[in-house]
Amino acid sequence: MLQADAERMAIPIVITLNGRQEQLNVAPWVTLLDLLRGPMELPGTKKGCDHGQCGACTVLIDGQRVNSCLKLAVTLDGAEITTIEGLGQPGNLHPLQQAFVDHDAYQCGYCTPGQICSAAGLMSEGHAHSREEIRELMSGNLCRCGAYTNIADAIEQVMGQTSKDFKEAAE
Amino acid sequence: MKQFSYIRAEDVAGAVAALAADPQAKLLAGGTNLVDLMKYDVMSPATVIDINRLPLKDIETLEDGSLRIGALVSNAALAYDPVIIERFPLLASAVLAGASPQLRNAATTGGNLLQRTRCYYFYDPASPCNKREPGSGCGAIGGVNRIHAILGTSASCIATHPSDMCVALAALDAVVEVEGPDGRRDISFLDFHRLPGDEPQHDNTLAPNEMVVALRLSPDHFAANHSYLKIRDRLSYAFALVSVAAAIDMKDGEIVDIRVALGGVAHKPWRDPLAEAECAGKPANEATFRQLAQRLLAGAKGQGGNDFKIPMAERTIIRALTQAASGTPQVQSEKAIR
Amino acid sequence: MFNPSKIVGVPVSRIDGPLKVSGKAPYAAEHYEPGMLHGAVVVSTIASGKIRSIDTSKAEAFPGVVKVYTHENRPSAAWWDSKWQDSVAPPGSPFRPLEKPQIQYDGQPVALVIAETYEAARDAASLVTVEYKAETPETNLLKVYPNSYEPKKKRSGIQPPPKPRGKPEEAFAGAAYRISAEYVMEGEHHNPMELFATTVFWENDKQLTVHDKTQGSQASRDYICNIFGLDPDDVVVKNAYVGGAFGQGLRPKHQLFLAVMASLDLKRSVKVEMSRQEMFALTWRPSSVQTVSLAADADGMLQSVMHHAVEATSRYEDYQETVVNWSGLAYKCDNAKLTYELAQVDMSTPGDMRAPGAATGVLALESAMDELASEIGMDPLELRVKNFIHFDQNDDKQLTSKALHSCYREGAAAFGWNQRSTAPRSMRDGHDLVGWGMATGFWEAGMAQAEAKVRYAIDGKVTVSAAATDIGTGTYTILAQLGAEAFDVPIESVHVAIADSTLPTTGVEGGSWTAASTGSAVQIAAEAVKATLLDMAQDMDASPLADATPEEVVIRDGRLVLDVNSQVGVALSDILASKQLSSVEEPGKAGPDMLQMRKFVSYTHSAVFVEVKIDEQLGVIRVTRVVSAIGAGRILNPKTARSQILGGIVMGIGMALHEEGMIDHRTGRIMNHNLAEYHVPVHADIPDLEVIFVEEHDDKASPIGVKGLGEIGIVGVASAVANAIYHATGTRFRHFPITIDKILESELKH
Repeated sequence: MLQADAERMAIPIVITLNGRQEQLNVAPWVTLLDLLRGPMELPGTKKGCDHGQCGACTVLIDGQRVNSCLKLAVTLDGAEITTIEGLGQPGNLHPLQQAFVDHDAYQCGYCTPGQICSAAGLMSEGHAHSREEIRELMSGNLCRCGAYTNIADAIEQVMGQTSKDFKEAAE
Repeated sequence: MKQFSYIRAEDVAGAVAALAADPQAKLLAGGTNLVDLMKYDVMSPATVIDINRLPLKDIETLEDGSLRIGALVSNAALAYDPVIIERFPLLASAVLAGASPQLRNAATTGGNLLQRTRCYYFYDPASPCNKREPGSGCGAIGGVNRIHAILGTSASCIATHPSDMCVALAALDAVVEVEGPDGRRDISFLDFHRLPGDEPQHDNTLAPNEMVVALRLSPDHFAANHSYLKIRDRLSYAFALVSVAAAIDMKDGEIVDIRVALGGVAHKPWRDPLAEAECAGKPANEATFRQLAQRLLAGAKGQGGNDFKIPMAERTIIRALTQAASGTPQVQSEKAIR
Repeated sequence: MFNPSKIVGVPVSRIDGPLKVSGKAPYAAEHYEPGMLHGAVVVSTIASGKIRSIDTSKAEAFPGVVKVYTHENRPSAAWWDSKWQDSVAPPGSPFRPLEKPQIQYDGQPVALVIAETYEAARDAASLVTVEYKAETPETNLLKVYPNSYEPKKKRSGIQPPPKPRGKPEEAFAGAAYRISAEYVMEGEHHNPMELFATTVFWENDKQLTVHDKTQGSQASRDYICNIFGLDPDDVVVKNAYVGGAFGQGLRPKHQLFLAVMASLDLKRSVKVEMSRQEMFALTWRPSSVQTVSLAADADGMLQSVMHHAVEATSRYEDYQETVVNWSGLAYKCDNAKLTYELAQVDMSTPGDMRAPGAATGVLALESAMDELASEIGMDPLELRVKNFIHFDQNDDKQLTSKALHSCYREGAAAFGWNQRSTAPRSMRDGHDLVGWGMATGFWEAGMAQAEAKVRYAIDGKVTVSAAATDIGTGTYTILAQLGAEAFDVPIESVHVAIADSTLPTTGVEGGSWTAASTGSAVQIAAEAVKATLLDMAQDMDASPLADATPEEVVIRDGRLVLDVNSQVGVALSDILASKQLSSVEEPGKAGPDMLQMRKFVSYTHSAVFVEVKIDEQLGVIRVTRVVSAIGAGRILNPKTARSQILGGIVMGIGMALHEEGMIDHRTGRIMNHNLAEYHVPVHADIPDLEVIFVEEHDDKASPIGVKGLGEIGIVGVASAVANAIYHATGTRFRHFPITIDKILESELKH
């Protein structure tokens, strides 16, 4: 295939990325993750495995947490995408971002944007009502630095409940 | 990844037509398996047909009370659907035992049926694999085969089907609705996936020009006594070493109808309806469950690395059935086994 | 020596936190330049043999591809091995990417595709076809370990085992209680979350700016300068954020070489990022076979300690780590024999992985101690307490401190150890067998040479600079704390400049040295700034500090004042103004005290307590509680310190239960080279963990009293888990990891 053919194969899409509409031409074999980390220069979304096995690339697509490494960008025409950069910025952090800072819910920080986007998805899904459920429903995000208990603390804090409250609610 | 042409289908007819025009093309829904495999160069379709826009995202109750689940209903939407939770909690539980929340948000019902094995050798284009490259041999036989099949294997292939959802669907006798150029047809779930035999390249009985459009579940069964119990190497986000979908219809402690489907042990969700039928009228107790487990595993054969799966499967069957009988199904977020 | 702290010793949140949580902290692959090129590596699919032919024509014809490099067209590089040896290289001939057709390990790079886009590089890489002449590889340590040998040349910085002392064999033969056991550990893989990557910004034929995933920017700089004959003044290596490394980033990786090579050859900026699979072939924790024999008298006093270890290494380098020495210094015993050997396999050279050597050796020792306790019928904690020693018998040296008794006491109390029933299989919870196990952990508290600079500016801003690295350990934050403390300014007023090879020299971030070494250098530089300020103040007319000595003055509230009377002093801004200066900067240098080291040696210690629950029928195992009590000297930041220990515990649980590279020994290939099948612990595997830092005052380990925390958290954890499994099941599992199949197979016998 010639370069011209490859360009001819680029397909126009319109996405809303962190609140801004973007008109893009993407080749079909470009993943959302590589689109973000490459041409969009939004490297907050991380590549840890590129195969849906680590969760570092988690973003919100139409409000739902998804592994961006397994989404071909071309399939997302019309979608609304929120990355970590869209959740909050230094000086104006999202409550989850602030809680991660407060609880030292990271070390190297590489899995962190994925953890936070995943936690945002977890909260809007509304299926976690106990610490055990937080752990189960965050298990798609690996953290090799082992910050798991601090991450659970951070999420629990933002959910505005302690494990005691959870227990009472369950009883 | 190899480059490919991209077609976006707008309706089922369009997708079927595109597939008919190029039966080597692959349908792309959630992408959680196909894109993964394309990146590993395990699958390299020249054409990808995006079916995400097809109107197959509903769960509807049909007139006869059966349930129809569109092929594009996401795993998460399925697991948390109130009707599914109420009427088919075994299915909801099995879905939640699989993958991760992110993957369940993206993965679809139809895609789950069609997901490929996790065999290391299948995933590695440099290894021999009769499923990936017919005639090249099987690397797993005599190799690293801890995660491989103990039932229904062949000299060509010892791969397993990796799904959790399908294990529950097998237990529930779901029906797969498929559409091709000649229209729609139904495939009973137990006939959908196949054993490897000497053609392990075929995972299922879908024709190359057909697509899955929906699943049907017959009216309510087993909402009271069921359990999905999955045993794996870590406590979440891992494929099953062994999983069991167990369901019982009981009356006064006696079995009216019993279903056991096994995951992680064969090229397809494993069931033995004959052995199940023989349980009718027997007490729903451990002795019966053990007998059934032993019947199910009668032909089991280890490959060295996975010999442990035979006793593991027996014990897991008994435990899952005990959970089902006592009305205390395994809850997937609970890590202690009930 | 230490003033009461306002900020050091306080649980300050990481100063780089807001950047990390918002995706604004750029890692090695996250630097951009229009028109930069992307590389993708093709790796070998055999473990041993040679490339017969390699066909790159399809890849070269692929749209967007600029060039494909193989051993047939690779630009020349240094000839001598010494030029390829990085700062922590073991003895041998370092691997040279794309140099020869020989294949030394599965996953060895055989080609580099450079293209205009990432996707073009990735997709063209799949079109490179290689024909191999494969040889039969040997990758099974259990097969080759009888051919083990004592490495002729020792690895620098790694102490070989001490000479035998006493009469260990005789003492063993005559002792009341004896155990001898063999422990096997499969190879482990670091798997930091960030993929190894290098971004090279090409400025001209000589000048490069390189963003590398490394634990030492200067180590990477020296490596590429040596290999490509570049002037170290022309090359800047940066590693502002490192997405975990755990030792895998100590030695430069092939992507660094390849990215620089392509950049120099093509005169373009180049980025090369590895795949997860590629990372499995590099720097792994070696598989090992260890035999430990312990003997005790009727009272439980150790009479003999013998520990023999064989570890895997590659065919081209003798990787070594300190595995058996721990057994000679852990407990009091006058008869000891410790030996360490290597056996070669057809794999890449293993390397340092979190607590290298100790994680492996202490696993065996502490499992054996548990076995001995069972043999005697003594509580495992009591056995350890009984044999406590405040001395290093290996080197005949005193210890700078050892608060291990406090670790035992406080850890046991927090865990409730005294509620433990002695007999195995005696504690239950429903379907679960419950087990409690414990272990001691040890790690060296080392210091390396480190330099730093500290600047105080007239506006009250402090700048701390050193080439140190923060791999998630909290270096940014603790250096800011030290700077803030020294000048009595808020932490926000401190700018920490690290992660840049042009900054003052430090070693690689490893061995838990950084806080002690760079932290001390910063403190010394800060003291020097204060001394300079005092000199200047004393030059001022009618200086109230005219007779003060540097020891008598402190900085408080923007003034240099007498410690005993803050009223007497001069504003720092006035001091600087008096010299018409806007700032003052001084260097500081810290390193091990050689004189002291003749007499003293320093270690960190831990006591780890673990509860497991194991489903008796199914073998499903859960770690349900962990208490880790740590003696590591002064804790600069309890928040980041705790995180380091948590991380060690989690990796230790993985080591005990999950982690192993599964090799098909027929082909020598790692088959589970991905994060779906190489299982690291996930959220659901990890319960709430309790970390206790015991009080430990140490004025010798380092000038700032710090001992280091990066490794101690993992040491002992896997044996505590294994010992808990024994307590739960009554079965000794000596082959790690203890996966569910092993537990189930043993439970079948009950």
